[in-house]
Amino acid sequence: MELIANLGLGLGVAATPINLLYCLAGVFLGTLIGVLPGLGPTATISMLLPITFVLPPVSALIMLAGIYYGSQYGGSTTSILVNLPGEAASVVTTIDGYQMARQGRAGVALTAAAMGSFFAGTVATLLLALFAPPLAEVALKFGPADYFSLMVLGLVASVVLAHGSLLHAIGMVVLGLLLGLIGSDVTSGGQRFTFGLPQLADGIGFVVVAMGMFGLSEIIRNLEPGDDRAGLVTWKINRLMPTKEDWKRMVKPILRGTILGSALGILPGSGSILGSFAAYSLEKKVSKYSKEFGHGAIEGVAAPEAANNAGAQTSFIPMLTLGIPSNPVMALMAGAMIIQGIQPGPAVITEQPALFWGIIVSMWIGNLFLVILNLPLIGIWVRIIMVPYRYLYPAILCFCAIGVFSLNNSEFDIFLMALFGLLGYLFIKLDCEPAPMLLAFILGPLMEEYLRRAMLMSRGNPMVFLQRPISVTLLVIALLAILLVFVPAFSKTREEAFVDEG
Amino acid sequence: MASPIRSIKEFLTGIIYMAIGSGAVLIAVLGDYKIGNAVKMGPAYFPLVLSFILIFIGLISLVRSFIKPGTPVGAIAINGLVLVIIPTVLFGLLVRKLGLVIMLPLLVIISSYASRQFRWGPALALAVGMTIFCTLVFIKGLGVPLPILGSWFGG
Repeated sequence: MELIANLGLGLGVAATPINLLYCLAGVFLGTLIGVLPGLGPTATISMLLPITFVLPPVSALIMLAGIYYGSQYGGSTTSILVNLPGEAASVVTTIDGYQMARQGRAGVALTAAAMGSFFAGTVATLLLALFAPPLAEVALKFGPADYFSLMVLGLVASVVLAHGSLLHAIGMVVLGLLLGLIGSDVTSGGQRFTFGLPQLADGIGFVVVAMGMFGLSEIIRNLEPGDDRAGLVTWKINRLMPTKEDWKRMVKPILRGTILGSALGILPGSGSILGSFAAYSLEKKVSKYSKEFGHGAIEGVAAPEAANNAGAQTSFIPMLTLGIPSNPVMALMAGAMIIQGIQPGPAVITEQPALFWGIIVSMWIGNLFLVILNLPLIGIWVRIIMVPYRYLYPAILCFCAIGVFSLNNSEFDIFLMALFGLLGYLFIKLDCEPAPMLLAFILGPLMEEYLRRAMLMSRGNPMVFLQRPISVTLLVIALLAILLVFVPAFSKTREEAFVDEG
Repeated sequence: MASPIRSIKEFLTGIIYMAIGSGAVLIAVLGDYKIGNAVKMGPAYFPLVLSFILIFIGLISLVRSFIKPGTPVGAIAINGLVLVIIPTVLFGLLVRKLGLVIMLPLLVIISSYASRQFRWGPALALAVGMTIFCTLVFIKGLGVPLPILGSWFGG
């Protein structure tokens, strides 16, 4: 069994004391930012990226991955205890989780969330191990036209999943692509849109944009009048152990949530958010307790929490196999790999097997850590939730300022970050979501490159995108995704669902 | 109120998209970026296509702003904007001259002031704590080349 041999190799890498330590550090930090509303994985990973330069590649990626899926765990704790989603993917958990807490069943809700997440994490890890290698082989067959269409699909998905107006989301994507082109043109070597500034010759770093638009502008938004988080009440946790009846009601929703979350997580542009919403809606439809939904149904906690954790892990698949990040967090992961001298893409599995399998196995270990961190040690997190935001955001600002400087040891990046913070807030006020823009910003230069190559090979015939089977399939999926927006049932959930992913 | 604009958000977004799109076209034209053709695309080809799409989207948004009523922009965190952006820029301008032990507490205290529950005691404590923590972790630990005391103090 090749799979077992591979997982064994991964275990050998992930279970070394040093990597266990970084895995623990990652999931600990992930839980921390998950618990704290107003600080999300995109901003945190951007701030920590400079720190990982000094680590070996495997350790760095193990830690960063832990932050991402760890934040999905932590997000549920805040949802359940204080009715505030710690992460965008935990929004639906507030509905029934908080009701359970009010009925004195906070502990049971936390266990349901943790068990659902752990099961989903285990399954998603296996899926990743099973499907990544064959997908990477398919990826080797990808031509420039196919890559271009894949990126189109990713951007379309991020537009469909953005909240607010579809037109503005498309505008943000185009704007992001355009901003991504600032710097040297790869083919001709000439400078484009640099305003004669030498600091822009290599383009704008995406970490700068991410910190500005997700770190700074998020702080400014949280400082808006009338958005007080004062007067938080947390509910006492009496009993963690669910009753036999609870267990019975949890099993199927967790299974369904895991499947749904894993499948939707692979979709470019999606990540963990879509899965949690879909899983909640599905349970509400199929459950025989559907009347209890909104009044503390345990299914309404278990299913979305399973789904968001599964999605967080399967969203690594496009990045690890195709080298195309499917959301801003994955783009940061890809950035971390490039900084470490590893080109993300289908070759990673064959050329860096220890790294690849080490990360996968670490995810399972990380999930185990998370159960321990989130159940017996829940008391710590309860206290952290009570830290007022007014002490938190100046600290975030310090980390952003020093972090962005340390990327290139340049003050210019601090000014750029401030500019993007300003722009980000402006766009938030105009209901234009920054997440699609950031993804487009990262994909801009890649898209241009693949478009050029595809057109060169087809001698200028744009039909090449419709003649290649992979490319045309991806474009059809993209078209279907756009049409989905006009289905009334979907557009309604879309409106309710997609608050900012931070 | 007889303003013909029915959605201020659509209107402003339209203007911004069109301005950025036209700006990019202008820079490409003035900078004499080569367009090339579909087979051999020059540096201006893809950006120009994107710019025209952006101008077009802006135009639709602009037209819609006169037709479809929208929601108002809502409260703007002026305090937050000024007290977050300005000290960040100051930090960039002065950190090499004044050093981390002066700029970091300034950053913490000025930005803390944006909160309506600002109190001197906790803000000062946070400033001291963050300065010690960041100096140890970033400068001593990770070797970020920022001076603890800046050039104005002979650092």
